Amino acid sequence: MSAPVLPVAPAPEAANDRPADNHRSDARPPHSLGERFRASQARRRRASVAVQRPGWFSYTFLIGVLLASIFPLYWSFLIGSGDASTITQRSISPIPGGNFFANAASVLNDPTVNFWKAIGNSIIVSTVVAASVVWFSTLAGFAFAKLRFRGKNGLLVFVIATMAVPTQLGVVPLFIAMSQLQLAGTLGAVILPAIVSAFGVFWMTQYLSQALPYELIEAARVDGASMIRTFWSVALPAARPAAAMLGLFIFIATWTNFFWPFIVLDRQDPTLPVALSLLQSNYFVDYSIVMAGVLLSTIPLLILFAVAGRHLVSGIMQGAVKG
Amino acid sequence: MTAVAVDERPVRRLAFSQKLSRWDVKFSPYLYISPFFILFAITGLFPLVYTAWVSVHEWNLIGGQGDFVGLDNFAFVLQQTPFWVALRNTFSIFLISAVPQVAFALVVAAVLDQNLRAKTFWRMGVLLPFVVAPVAVTLIFSNMFGDQYGLVNTLLGNVGISPIGWHSDALASHFAIATMVNFRWTGYTALILLAAMQAIPRDYYEAAAIDGAGPIRRFFSITIPQLRPTLIFVIITSTIGGLQIFDEPRLYDQFGQGGANSQWMTITLYLYNLGWGQLNFGRAAAVAWLLFLIIVLVGLINMALTRLIASSSGVTASQKRAVRRAERASASTEKEKVSA
Repeated sequence: MSAPVLPVAPAPEAANDRPADNHRSDARPPHSLGERFRASQARRRRASVAVQRPGWFSYTFLIGVLLASIFPLYWSFLIGSGDASTITQRSISPIPGGNFFANAASVLNDPTVNFWKAIGNSIIVSTVVAASVVWFSTLAGFAFAKLRFRGKNGLLVFVIATMAVPTQLGVVPLFIAMSQLQLAGTLGAVILPAIVSAFGVFWMTQYLSQALPYELIEAARVDGASMIRTFWSVALPAARPAAAMLGLFIFIATWTNFFWPFIVLDRQDPTLPVALSLLQSNYFVDYSIVMAGVLLSTIPLLILFAVAGRHLVSGIMQGAVKG
Repeated sequence: MTAVAVDERPVRRLAFSQKLSRWDVKFSPYLYISPFFILFAITGLFPLVYTAWVSVHEWNLIGGQGDFVGLDNFAFVLQQTPFWVALRNTFSIFLISAVPQVAFALVVAAVLDQNLRAKTFWRMGVLLPFVVAPVAVTLIFSNMFGDQYGLVNTLLGNVGISPIGWHSDALASHFAIATMVNFRWTGYTALILLAAMQAIPRDYYEAAAIDGAGPIRRFFSITIPQLRPTLIFVIITSTIGGLQIFDEPRLYDQFGQGGANSQWMTITLYLYNLGWGQLNFGRAAAVAWLLFLIIVLVGLINMALTRLIASSSGVTASQKRAVRRAERASASTEKEKVSA
């Protein structure tokens, strides 16, 4: 996102770290020049309360939140780098053991879990779902935001209303349908129900109605571009930032999704969360191996987060303001 | 379009391409939105409606559709103790997670809504848990909340508190599961609230500060009322998601049945057990519809409550006052600029 849309706190008129004083000396009109100057200084100081640099307390608090965010992952590394006996010790050393790679290897080589296959499946499913949601959402968003057609408002309201429908509750018929289509157990059964998203359509509509000027579309039309050409050459490039965010968001949501893949996929051919759940359901639960698997499955998203996390942050915040 | 045709043939060609272009303009929008509506109808709407059809039939995973049984499936489910236990657990977990989560997210958002250094860094740090899959979160936390060797009980033991049965006790297990939910979602919620906070005009705060309102007072008299629409949004979405909770209770122990005495069995887990444990799709579909109705009901109650709370706390009056103050403040700064 190159253009920050978010409203930012206005810069303080004068950099001022002194605490606000609550004198009310300007109750009477100031007369002398010096008095007037002092009064205006005081007013300025008070007015800048909201944009002061925050104190140490805020940073301490945020460091605490940050530690709480990281700690469970660190804990899983601690357990995942030990061995089966680590977890039963009274006090666990805060220094990781040296078994992480051995544990990771035994996760990857566990024949009952099919971890490699799960990684491949997760990549396929998440990529396909993200790409198709972005494509269909941009297409529909372009129509809703910039084209005129009968029934547009009613249909848009319908889209927004469907965002609140808990479609997850349709699992029973969905499973019946997938079984009858011979799709149960295949990746298609996971991908198909997810290839469109009401949220995505709403998101792209909101973005395009602001980011794509009518003049551009008219110019393309006057130049003789067909509708689909206009979409391809004008709307699609304009939609790119929002499309990237939507894709990122959907990718993460699909990667972490468990309920439906768990129902419809075979144990032999799972996605990562399903494979993870199998690690725990082994007869004897070796937590060092489970935790190594947890970390292994999280690392791809952590890398993605390191690269694109700032876009995810601004995506969530923009969606909130508009939604 | 503006070209003036002189002889016959170009006119006809133009007319044809114009017709084509008119069709293009007329039907393209429908063409572009139709994939969404068709696919959503098939994969989202149809299953939901068809759930009602399944729920009034005898229906097994193996045998398929059986006799029409009316509301027998609903009656059966409503007479089952596990259903009511699951309902209790679901609401208990939902309340223990949603209320502190929104409250804490408000605090985090308020802290982030300052003139911080390295803003993006802190925001990303808060959001980090969001990329950890619920399954992974559950496996980590169910280990930390272990009854015997868990970290939490060890720490509690260090300060002299006897170990808590995080798995054996119902309320304790709800607390542990709620902690997982909060771990993953608090930062996300905080960012949404932060975005809404930043949309509040800063003049309001300056005006309140001039009138001597401290940070706490400003938070409750300006921030909270201004956040109302966003709070409603957050509460509604967390209701829809929270009442369908499945991943965490399913993986809280290795058996996935919601505990030996169904201590932490939720409605969606009950649905799963009926459908894919007992292979009774009719009853599972009945549970799905009941849960759907419950979600709608709770959503409506939420909305009514939020409206009530927000409008009864004298919001409008204080807002009006704040606006007036803001106007006064900006007028005075203008004057200052003029005099300077």
